[in-house]
Amino acid sequence: MDQKLEKELRILACNARMGIINEVHSAKSGHPGGSLSCVDTLTYLYHCVMRHNPKDPKWADRDRFVLSKGHCAPALYAVLANEGYFEKESLLTLRHVGSVLQGHPEMKKTPGIDMSTGSLGQGISAACGMAMAAKLSGKDTRVFAMMGDGEIEEGMAWEAFMFASHYKLNHLTVVIDYNGLQIDGRLSEVCSPEPIPQKLEAFGFNTIVINGHDFNEIEAAFENAKTSDKPTAIIQKTIKGKGVSFMEDNVSWHGSAPNDEQYEVAMNELKAALAELEGQA
Amino acid sequence: MSEKKIATRDSYGAALVECAELDNEIVVLDADLAAATKTGMFKKAHPERFIDCGIAECNMMGVAAGLAASGKKVFASTFAMFAAGRAFEIVRNSIGYPHLPVKICATHAGISVGEDGASHQCCEDIALMRVIPGMTVINPSDDVETKAAIRALVDFDGPAYVRLGRLAVPVINDNESYHFEIGKGVLLKDGTDVTILATGLMVAPALEAAKTLETQGISARVINIHTIKPLDGEIIRKAAEETGLLVTVEEHNVIGGFGSAVSEFCSENCPVRVVKIGVNDTFGQSGPAAELLKVYGLTAENIADTVKQAVSSKK
Repeated sequence: MDQKLEKELRILACNARMGIINEVHSAKSGHPGGSLSCVDTLTYLYHCVMRHNPKDPKWADRDRFVLSKGHCAPALYAVLANEGYFEKESLLTLRHVGSVLQGHPEMKKTPGIDMSTGSLGQGISAACGMAMAAKLSGKDTRVFAMMGDGEIEEGMAWEAFMFASHYKLNHLTVVIDYNGLQIDGRLSEVCSPEPIPQKLEAFGFNTIVINGHDFNEIEAAFENAKTSDKPTAIIQKTIKGKGVSFMEDNVSWHGSAPNDEQYEVAMNELKAALAELEGQA
Repeated sequence: MSEKKIATRDSYGAALVECAELDNEIVVLDADLAAATKTGMFKKAHPERFIDCGIAECNMMGVAAGLAASGKKVFASTFAMFAAGRAFEIVRNSIGYPHLPVKICATHAGISVGEDGASHQCCEDIALMRVIPGMTVINPSDDVETKAAIRALVDFDGPAYVRLGRLAVPVINDNESYHFEIGKGVLLKDGTDVTILATGLMVAPALEAAKTLETQGISARVINIHTIKPLDGEIIRKAAEETGLLVTVEEHNVIGGFGSAVSEFCSENCPVRVVKIGVNDTFGQSGPAAELLKVYGLTAENIADTVKQAVSSKK
């Protein structure tokens, strides 16, 4: 990847991370851990891959994105704000009464949201439907879905994988955010869906395993997906809470907001990271 | 009323084929039951727009939502038990909440499923579907009404649940004055002593009961309520005020269904006695449909007896 682009992406993602912390701090609730783990890929997707237009969110020929792990809405909202779908100030209204930013994505309220999600295992089916619609209409629309690793414990996810494979939805790319943690603990301790890549492969997917915090690997995976004759599953190894030291790989930050003191520490870390990125030649 | 009997699932299949010839955006989904739900007729006519989701109803509802979000006119079918029951939460969250125009056409509703028994006899679907905000619930009474409902739903901008049956039933609306409008009840017979409000497959026996009652000196009004949500409050209020007694008839649990919807409306708007005929909070069993309808009191005879009793206790 071009170094200039990589720097730009890292700056955008760092800004999105600050957005996430601002959102959940303002809401006094929400899901920072999984938002921070998937935000690099969301940044790349909206900035480099998807055909979309922030000035015309309902453009019929846009590519589609479904946040199947809907609780990580803060990450998507921060990225949409980065891309210009709405003002960054509105991020502070997350989860407040009357806000366009609901706790989980709502397609009828928020510009740029293609599907209402939140109940795990459902978004991937809707993404399959969108991919099917494109196929029926002979359009070259690409459809992307972001799932949680814990989310695939839902049986419905496997119904959707079976469907995507049977109908050869090769313009569908599913990203599985493999941060290894779910509410009750580590995947391996709760009710393990592993081995994930092997299972997706057995379900007929073009399966790619990457580091989900490395833009070069992210780019290569999405490039690979473009030419696949099967649906693609990108299993990205990530760190839950990535970018905020005390949240990293700590399950207690799955669904809780920082208090004022923790907020200051988190923001200072991210500001320092941003200053370092911007200071680079 | 003509002599011919047609199952509303057959009418549904035929209507899909007819509508799809005029509209290329119609897509039909099924979950391995195309032969039974009669979407197989559509599959034969338009295989390229038929999507079999396999035995995976939850995914089917999610796929339906995604297709609708992309502008397709989607009809999704399976048995009522699985559409309203198994897939309830997907219907609620992926279709109902974003108010996507998916038309869920569920067949094999009620105990008239027959021999398959209680596991497949869904008597809870009206209750489950009508509680979802913004969901339109339609329960057609015959061939003519089913076809009219499907035609009306093609361009209807919102989610809808259509309840269809397995059993062949009399055609009762084959007259020139019949007019279908979503949310509007149909007055089938005027009367002054009592009003029988019937829905779906129970409309035909309700009409028959009213004829029997007429010979016994009881003037029963009969109204066909094909749309359970939104309910036609106007026609029900008028009936309550003019006849002072309502009897509801449905092939569904008396809890939460059509009778409950009428009771809810009347208790707030036009207090009146509402007697409910339906499946009395019990599971069904195996047996030929006609025999089961007798066992559970869903016959013209039982409707007439119940109405008679209610009228006699009227002040």
